[in-house]
Amino acid sequence: MSDFQQLALQLATQQQSPVWLNGLRAQAAVDWQKVIWPTRKTEHWKYTSLASLQKNVPAQWAVANDSWQQDVEFVAVDAHRLVFVNGIFDAASSSELPAEVVLFSQANIAQQAVIEQYLGKIVRGEQHVFATLNNAWMNEGIFVHVPRGQIFSRPVYVVHVSTMSTQPASVNQRLLVVLDENSQAEVIEHFVSTAERQNIFVNALTEIVVGDNAQLQHYRLHLEEENIQHVGAVHVNLLRNARMRGFTLALGSRLKRIDYQINHRGQGAELDLQGVYLPRNNQMVDYHTNVQHWVPHCTTNEVFRGIIADSAQAIFNGRIYIHPLAQKTLAELSNKNLLTSNKAEVNTKPELEIYADDVKCAHGATISQLSSTALYYLQSRGISRSEAEVMLSFGFINELLQQVAEPAVRDYLLPRLAVLFGRDQTLLEMAD
Amino acid sequence: MLRITNLFAKVEEKEILKGLNLTINAGEVHAIMGPNGAGKSTLGNVLSGRDGYEVTDGKIDFNDKDLFALSTEERAREGLFLAFQYPVEIPGVSNMEFLKASVDAKRKHHGQSELSAVEFMKLARETSKRVSLDQAFLKRGVNEGFSGGEKKRNEILQMMLLEPSLCILDETDSGLDIDALQIVANGVNEMRSPERSFIIVTHYQRLLDYIVPDFVHVLANGRIVKTGGKQLALELEEKGYAWLEEEAV
Ligand SMILES: Nc1ncnc2c1ncn2[C@@H]1O[C@H](COP(=O)(O)OP(=O)(O)OP(=O)(O)O)[C@@H](O)[C@H]1O
Ligand SMILES: [Mg+2]
Repeated sequence: MSDFQQLALQLATQQQSPVWLNGLRAQAAVDWQKVIWPTRKTEHWKYTSLASLQKNVPAQWAVANDSWQQDVEFVAVDAHRLVFVNGIFDAASSSELPAEVVLFSQANIAQQAVIEQYLGKIVRGEQHVFATLNNAWMNEGIFVHVPRGQIFSRPVYVVHVSTMSTQPASVNQRLLVVLDENSQAEVIEHFVSTAERQNIFVNALTEIVVGDNAQLQHYRLHLEEENIQHVGAVHVNLLRNARMRGFTLALGSRLKRIDYQINHRGQGAELDLQGVYLPRNNQMVDYHTNVQHWVPHCTTNEVFRGIIADSAQAIFNGRIYIHPLAQKTLAELSNKNLLTSNKAEVNTKPELEIYADDVKCAHGATISQLSSTALYYLQSRGISRSEAEVMLSFGFINELLQQVAEPAVRDYLLPRLAVLFGRDQTLLEMAD
Repeated sequence: MLRITNLFAKVEEKEILKGLNLTINAGEVHAIMGPNGAGKSTLGNVLSGRDGYEVTDGKIDFNDKDLFALSTEERAREGLFLAFQYPVEIPGVSNMEFLKASVDAKRKHHGQSELSAVEFMKLARETSKRVSLDQAFLKRGVNEGFSGGEKKRNEILQMMLLEPSLCILDETDSGLDIDALQIVANGVNEMRSPERSFIIVTHYQRLLDYIVPDFVHVLANGRIVKTGGKQLALELEEKGYAWLEEEAV
């Protein structure tokens, strides 16, 4: 076992969880000792080094603190809000919750049964190293259950705040979302840090089932910067005629690795997934997506765009796998990257694996610099070269931001990203 | 205002302008006509300083400054404006943001303060009315999905906002319907003043019925081969260019 593995195992034993989770945790602890620690030679870890975790192992649990309030602004959305600070639930900052949204530790017997039915099961097929760890580390989690036929009138908004810790420390996060048939909901996951020098490692795992004819809007925003280390994953099962509309965004940091594993398990399921990544300075972002079509008549439309600045690095690995039974699949994957410096780096690999013959699939990846014609047009109107570059870069992702369905999320992101790109935010707001 | 002397320019190693001379005084309107591929747009691009258009000989004075010493953006801020034959679509950059950035760039260059968002919105709305562009076009991406005629009106909108001293209109009339042609012509006529000059590149003498030029030039084979008054346009309409090209060779 690696140093990290060893110390992570000790951390697992310090965790207190509801007893009915003990079985899952114990099994995961056993599995964890057998996992092969990823190195640059491991498939899917080729470009992302875990050396920073090994070197400075976050070998204690982070503790709550309340120095974050001035630094962190919430998305202005009328929602069922749950706030976690360094992994610990902050009831004072959270809203009152409906019966369908509970912490694992508060779940009633019936809810425990549903949690046990799904928890760790959606992820199991893929068995990601850090998912095993998340199971072993689990002390708490959030359970969102949208009963059959019900439509949540307000989004569920989960905020994870990381603040600085005296020693490198770890945070474990878990979210389980179950939409029963014909139900609808919106879930926003928002990761954010204070502006201090960070030394937190976050392992955040989300499992989702979208039932027959159910509809989910899902957001996952990774806005922590610089020294945060975040390894996260979203594992989804889409059942018959389920629809999921997902949006994810990641600023870069020292380590930021996000996996999306989405399974079309029921006929007629539809997935729309959009992503934006914006690493700068020496940061990195690694998105791995894997959409599997197991059954016929499902649709995937996936678009990711990244702007890589300074000496930052981005990795995008987008796989769509069409199993032999999945006839009449429609799947599209597009990944576009903009490098704004010649030290910036991107490794993009769209993979389409098709084992059915009657399908329509397309995929493409591009890496580009800014269009010289567009630059000239802006300059011919008196705009300086450097400002023109910024405008065009922002425009490149703004196209996706404009399509974000939840206005509160769009309104939250636009001015913040505009500032990142030095744009005039009042004008953006007024143009609405 | 503008004095072009013996201008030679190349694009991708191909010589396009071959000893072009042209002088434009303040307040004058010059029409330039000429066959496809003659070098009219090349002249516009050289004037505005586009990369890849290499000047191999000659000089251009613009308001008594050496034009070649200025970058593209400096030329614009100094009052040179090129309405593109093919305006560029820039998805994701709002027209409003783009227009404000250009107006502010010019204002700063002339020691004025930037306009506030509110002031600018007001100005942009009023000006877009003058070219009959709905306000919705201010929110859209720059030229994104605009029809041909809408793009051309957006060029005129920019010209009005920037109040340049030298306006070069490269086939702004192509693709315009009859009403839009009238709108564009009215816009230009409103802007005519003793301090402002125009170069109007067109293939159709019809535009010149609305915007009456002081001079009409024929550009062929990279040079001005004939200059006349408004009647020259009528003559060209009748006879074409062949007789001039033969004369020029
Ligand atoms: N970027 C370029 N690369 C290669 N050739 C070019 C380029 N730009 C212009 N040319 C060539 O230069 C010549 C002059 O082109 P230009 O666009 O200036 O003509 P024009 O007089 O504006 O014609 P039109 O009336 O069709 O607009 C043409 O033969 C054209 O193909
Ligand atoms: Mg032309």
